Amino acid sequence: MRTRFTGSRAWWIQRASAGYMLLFMVFAFGFLWIHPLRTFPAWRAGIARPGVSLATLVFFVALFSHMWVGLRDVLLDYARPEGLRSVLLVAVATGLLGMAVWVVHVLVLLQR
Amino acid sequence: MKESVAAAGTRPVFLDLRHIRMPVGAWTSIGHRVSGVVLAGSVPFGVWLLALSLRDEAGFAHVQALLARPVVKAAAIVVVWALAHHVLAGVRHLASDFDVGSPLRVARRSAWVVNLAGVVVAMVAAGSLL
Repeated sequence: MRTRFTGSRAWWIQRASAGYMLLFMVFAFGFLWIHPLRTFPAWRAGIARPGVSLATLVFFVALFSHMWVGLRDVLLDYARPEGLRSVLLVAVATGLLGMAVWVVHVLVLLQR
Repeated sequence: MKESVAAAGTRPVFLDLRHIRMPVGAWTSIGHRVSGVVLAGSVPFGVWLLALSLRDEAGFAHVQALLARPVVKAAAIVVVWALAHHVLAGVRHLASDFDVGSPLRVARRSAWVVNLAGVVVAMVAAGSLL
């Protein structure tokens, strides 16, 4: 686990994911500012559009990758002793993978 | 390896945060980390709210009711601060990757701007939410 997403690879993941998330949030907040989707049908239909669903999926992949690199750094810096650190790293990884599955499930259900 | 660990054990350590005078950039940096952890903590709730809002009419209404509660609004203001600080400090970080804004005077000024802008954005959010 510790050999992945480290060094220059982690560096690139952190920056690429940050750039994508920044663009996504500018577009998403900008769009919702102009066209607030205030009702359930409008909100659902807006996100169910394949392009929006795909962009949202990529956003969450970027977010969870970014969170893994960041939280891993924090745990490597502060979590002691070694055993506790390993448990927390596994917990974070499991949580992130679980949320990824959840997001995929939600977005796939929207396509039906 | 063992020797260096032993040597590290005898080295004097001075990490009393009450006595270390931190430059403004240190606050930006620590704020980047703290805001990142705050955001990470908010993500599971965000995913849950998104899933609930997309499930059915009742779920959407439930999310709207939740977001109208004062406790949730207060939490939202903290998350807005965290997002604003994290994004701004992150952009400052990216700029320094390209060697933009590295001279001390410029770096100090941008650190002040980031620290204050995060708080200003949070206050604007508080003003529009409360």
